[in-house]
Amino acid sequence: MGYDAKNPMKDRITDIGPRDYKEFLPPVIKRNFGKWLYHEILEPGVLVHVSESGEKVFTLRVGAARVMSATHIREICEIADKHCDGYVRWTTRNNIEFMVDDEAKVKPLMEDLEKRKFAGGSLKFPRGGTGAGLTNIVHTQGYLHCHTAAIDASGVVKAVMDELYEDFGKMRLPAHVRISLACCLNMCGAVHCSDIAILGVHRKPPMVDHDNLANMCEIPLAVASCPTGAIKATTVDDKKSVVVNNDKCMYCGNCFTMCPAMPLADAEGSGVAILVGGKLSNRITAPMFSKVVVPFLPNEAPRWPQTVEAVKKILNTYAKDAKKYERLGDWAARIGWERFFEKTDLPFTEHLIDDYRFAYTTWRTSTQFKF
Amino acid sequence: MAKRKTPILDELEKGKWPSFVSDIRQEAEWRNKTDVDLQTPKEVCDDLLDLLELSLKDQECHWKHGGVAGVFGYGGGVIGRYSDRPEEFPAVKDFHTLRVNQPSSYFYKTDFLRQMCELWERRGSGITNMHGSTGDIILLGTTTPQLEEIFWELTHNLKQDLGGSGSNLRSPNCCIGKSRCEFACYDTQEACRNFTMEYQDELHRPSFGYKFKMKFDGCPNGCVASIARSDMSVIGTWKDDIRIDQEAVRAYVGGEFKPDGGAHAGRDWGPFDIVKEVIDLCPTRCMGWNGNKLGINNRECNRCMHCINTMPRALRIGTETGASILFGAKAPILEGAQLSTLTIPFMPMEEPFSELKELIEKIWDWWSEEGRSRERLGELMQRKGFAKFLEVCEVKADPRMIKEPRSNPYIFWKEADIPGGWERDIKDFRKRHQK
Repeated sequence: MGYDAKNPMKDRITDIGPRDYKEFLPPVIKRNFGKWLYHEILEPGVLVHVSESGEKVFTLRVGAARVMSATHIREICEIADKHCDGYVRWTTRNNIEFMVDDEAKVKPLMEDLEKRKFAGGSLKFPRGGTGAGLTNIVHTQGYLHCHTAAIDASGVVKAVMDELYEDFGKMRLPAHVRISLACCLNMCGAVHCSDIAILGVHRKPPMVDHDNLANMCEIPLAVASCPTGAIKATTVDDKKSVVVNNDKCMYCGNCFTMCPAMPLADAEGSGVAILVGGKLSNRITAPMFSKVVVPFLPNEAPRWPQTVEAVKKILNTYAKDAKKYERLGDWAARIGWERFFEKTDLPFTEHLIDDYRFAYTTWRTSTQFKF
Repeated sequence: MAKRKTPILDELEKGKWPSFVSDIRQEAEWRNKTDVDLQTPKEVCDDLLDLLELSLKDQECHWKHGGVAGVFGYGGGVIGRYSDRPEEFPAVKDFHTLRVNQPSSYFYKTDFLRQMCELWERRGSGITNMHGSTGDIILLGTTTPQLEEIFWELTHNLKQDLGGSGSNLRSPNCCIGKSRCEFACYDTQEACRNFTMEYQDELHRPSFGYKFKMKFDGCPNGCVASIARSDMSVIGTWKDDIRIDQEAVRAYVGGEFKPDGGAHAGRDWGPFDIVKEVIDLCPTRCMGWNGNKLGINNRECNRCMHCINTMPRALRIGTETGASILFGAKAPILEGAQLSTLTIPFMPMEEPFSELKELIEKIWDWWSEEGRSRERLGELMQRKGFAKFLEVCEVKADPRMIKEPRSNPYIFWKEADIPGGWERDIKDFRKRHQK
């Protein structure tokens, strides 16, 4: 039984897809599928959904690190077995949801979750992430697993969430706030429509490993990869290679994605940019992109104090100044970006003025500004 | 136990938010104690943490660029990963990722999760992402010889397949849908599963010029972010009237029900004011309140969800439901970030979803033919123009597809549409006009 390396195609199973979700739905969910009437947040991290049938499902939402061990998943299973008949789910923002079909089961589950801590002292299952508050940060791999990272991911997220922890379990903000992190411009966690986005960026053009480039890369692909046409084929010491016009480079790293002989990350050049005001819900206003408000902050492990400080400043100014239901981007649009920089006390520099493809659409072409 | 001092990681164990460092350490401890016949190095978690400490210290990551790894017959689902300091951190010398296609909406039974843990601890690092950005369960870190073993056990014992990577269809994803949401305008979970199963070949074997993502949102709230993150965004909507329970509206006004499902309970915003909080915030101003009755001019409603979100016990989505289909979202690389563009204002979403499948196949044919290497659909749409895209989709232009008409007059006409065509006689012109 099992895989036979001598006969790899024997009894091979392919193209079966994921397990059918219907096998994994808790009975109360299955019985009321498509019959839900309304929901209510009973307290931070506790939801009730009420069905046409009169049945209710109570959900406890808790935060989690996206990086998760099998040991931790086993503990989640143990809790789900004890309280939830062996069912559990995750959310799109890396939260865990434990569901029970009876209000009497909520309190014991809540108490069980609250007391569990990691050996280092952090909470295993902080409750929250609902309503007009902060939910979990979605993010990318960072140093733990990625080769193009400009910054770490899990560490920055931990540092930011530790500082904003109160807002995870409160619902004091004017509207939802979604923070996301991508550790390079590839944005495998697309952060470009987040209320607050933490983005890893570079500031140095790639180094070119002339000795190895021809063996490691397809030169035409490397040349074609550059969106500003800054890369040209050349010969260096009789070796085929490329040359980068540094003045044209915008450090996007797309050449490195195509050609491993063109690395660009380093301690001084790479760091954090902060973008704000994006959203992807259609509620009240249309979805919109996040805008760069901090061009660069250093990559400061283990606690990224400047990044944390900037995020806190933005969040707290928004919390104080915005109207109920107003998303961060709607607030900034209403007060005007000149006021945004004034109120948040973030410096405005020329780096924040667009000069890429659709730059002109973001320049002010009116006299309607505020002094 | 860690072989080296890790002051940076130690700091990341402090604070209240769940510490991934503490979690990896407990897995390291488990590996050191277990009597399971581990098929991967015992020290894999220790070396992973030590390598991470070094990366955080250097502010440079220590993974090599790429490296080929995979299972027979598939061109995706496995991402090769090798450390660039293999001598010092031998247990993570090769540390490949497997993407495991998640079941719709991330519901699980614990027996499945336990089976997965058992497999992954024995044949991998025991470290996962629950879940990756696209939606897959990510199994982080195993060696090359284990890949086929894991695939065999996944498919035979867990009845579970890998997800997409590279220039494939990526694992489709969906919101929680009708399972537990009153706003779901169609069955997102079934749609997600149905498309995943229909396009298994595209998911496992790279046949495109670049990645292709599809995501299924049940309503315009967009909880799975399809409008920003997928080449095809399927967003639930309805055509008829919002259902109103006037008595429940009055209960909100009277303070009996908490607005926004209690989402604002953390601060005292004063008593609920339906005019200020709903009527005046309606983006099309299509609502009215006379002190007793709520009126909605549904023809003018653009279904932004605000009133329904704010008074979920009083207002419900309509009953003639389906989805709007949008195309072309992507992150900034290369031409700048794009949101998806509305292409089909309304399509019913019933199994077997033939209409949408016909459409997507037309689009894939065009993209395969016209798309450059590593050109996302949204970039091709920009390069060739939306009018061309509509022609490919065999869909008529509709003002719903734009924010405003063009402000420049540079219209590409088709020769066939112009009386007399484009071929003219210059000599004839000269007869009427001297040089």
